[in-house]
Amino acid sequence: MGRKLLTEHINVEGIDTFEVYRKHGGYRSVEKAIKTMTPDEVVEEVKKSGLRGRGGAGFPTGMKWSFLAKPEGVPRYLVCNADESEPGTFKDRQLMSKLPHLLVEGMITSSYALGANTSYIYIRGELLYVLRILEKAIAEAYANGFLGKNILGSGYDLDLYVHPGGGAYICGEETALLESLEGKRGNPRNKPPFPAVQGLYARPTVVNNVESIAAVVPIVNDGGDEYAKIGVGKSTGTKLISACGHLNKPGIYEIELGVPVEEFIYSDEYCGGIWKGRDLKAVVAGGSSVPILPKELILKTAAGENRLMTYESLSDGGFVTGTMLGSGGFIAMDDTTCIVRNTWNFSRFYHHESCGQCSPCREGTGWLEKILHRLEHGHGSERDIDVLASVAKQIEGNTICPLGEAAAWPVSAAIRHFREEFEWHIRYPQEATRPGAVFPGKAVLA
Amino acid sequence: MSFPTDSPPKPQFSEAAKAEIDRICKQYPAERRKSAMLPVLHIAQAEFGGWVAPEVQDLVAEVLGVKPIEVYEVSTFYTMFNLKPVGKHVLEICRTGPCQLRGSDELTLELERITGAKVGGGPSADGLFTLKEVECLAACGFAPVVQVREKYYEQLDTEASVNAMLSELRNMVHRPALPWEEKGLPNAVANN
Repeated sequence: MGRKLLTEHINVEGIDTFEVYRKHGGYRSVEKAIKTMTPDEVVEEVKKSGLRGRGGAGFPTGMKWSFLAKPEGVPRYLVCNADESEPGTFKDRQLMSKLPHLLVEGMITSSYALGANTSYIYIRGELLYVLRILEKAIAEAYANGFLGKNILGSGYDLDLYVHPGGGAYICGEETALLESLEGKRGNPRNKPPFPAVQGLYARPTVVNNVESIAAVVPIVNDGGDEYAKIGVGKSTGTKLISACGHLNKPGIYEIELGVPVEEFIYSDEYCGGIWKGRDLKAVVAGGSSVPILPKELILKTAAGENRLMTYESLSDGGFVTGTMLGSGGFIAMDDTTCIVRNTWNFSRFYHHESCGQCSPCREGTGWLEKILHRLEHGHGSERDIDVLASVAKQIEGNTICPLGEAAAWPVSAAIRHFREEFEWHIRYPQEATRPGAVFPGKAVLA
Repeated sequence: MSFPTDSPPKPQFSEAAKAEIDRICKQYPAERRKSAMLPVLHIAQAEFGGWVAPEVQDLVAEVLGVKPIEVYEVSTFYTMFNLKPVGKHVLEICRTGPCQLRGSDELTLELERITGAKVGGGPSADGLFTLKEVECLAACGFAPVVQVREKYYEQLDTEASVNAMLSELRNMVHRPALPWEEKGLPNAVANN
């Protein structure tokens, strides 16, 4: 059994209350940081931990913190990104609803480290019920002297608020999130300036994912070096993986980074194998935007090494034969899955969620969806596969924010690894569009 | 001389909602009242029957001290705000990949069959249900999923689970009270 740094007490009855959470060691990191450490010392521990952003990009959190501009007399903000919306990802929702005080504690300790006196948790609007849970936890923290003026008699003041979104995947992009928090449409901003210099209300701002903020708690409690001992190489600590799709035991698992992918899928400690006794066909390992990999390449790298649940191992081989750990949204598909249908579904998602600001994304995601729709419904032509690949390529790198790439990558990867299945839809539309049709293998094309 | 008007009476927030809006506006710097846009739109939708009519959006603009167009820009961008009248209960069915892998297409057809409403169309003939397809609700491990107001109904892959959801909704006289309403009676579930 791996260590559980975040979820050890997740099933303790009443752990969502201050009293029980405190009894299980809660709020120690606030006491330790505020009473015995300077803000810079807290930042140093986070740097030492090697913690990488858990929202998907994997950027080192300590480094992000050190970029925060600190001009005299100007307020700065910490904003927690709880806009969890990447298909396949449902870890933050669970963490916040079951362990609300862990996020509140992490926000206080992190705000102290950054010198923020007002912090926000931006939660997706669909999770209004979780907002209520967080607001209750925050009220308890105020009542017990962990929020408000002069926290624990230190002279440090902090106000913490929860802000709901309104239903828009794009608001998970940090500058769109800030626009949304300012009461506007979620259109991502041009960068630079980066939020670390001009973020919320044009003030220096750090935006961190829920899980990253939560991880600050064990890092401060036990020290960054202890945290860094867990994991493999530059993938330190534990990671929440939300597993879904055709698995026997979908759910949220806190793993030590470095668990082999094969063990994660098949062992009873984790997902317990593929449902209905079927075989695994493909996996999207880190949320819908990362490249899909066929069974052979998700279990082993192209060089034949065991694939591990780490940032490095999953991206081994680049996009030719690898993928990304991303947000930890792990989607498994059994051997009856239609890859064309799934790719069309994801393209529809990105088309729906494009904010419309940049033409390559607004128009390109629309064309991806349209072409995939006609392929899936038996109206494709031989040219379509190349047109798809070309549209995907022309979106990439030509947009303000990464939604363009997120839309393009799944299409490029599906064509790369499952081209024959697309060809089958074009050449044998009647067979391929029959309800429940399963691709019989590339021999059918010979 | 003034023009005769037959416009509907101007909507007003309840006292409880006004107090909640005041609380929320204090979370942002005084000169940044616009920041409260999304939370106030959520309150408005809950207060006025599950959708935000143009006059309701104008009220939101007035409360926030912004121009009406600033509210329209936002209400048309975010998918949670309904811009047309809806049934008593809006069933938001997740249609994204992980839910599709576990049967959301079949669930949508089944809900259309049982309620008589169509996805993207108006409310069912009895006024009870509006069906709306939405993108990923972040509950992929419990697919397929439907959201109704603040509640998630999960693992709707059996007849029993779908029926349990629908009968719970059919038997609901008032929508569940929201935290700021708990002192008073919740508004009746709107019947448009």
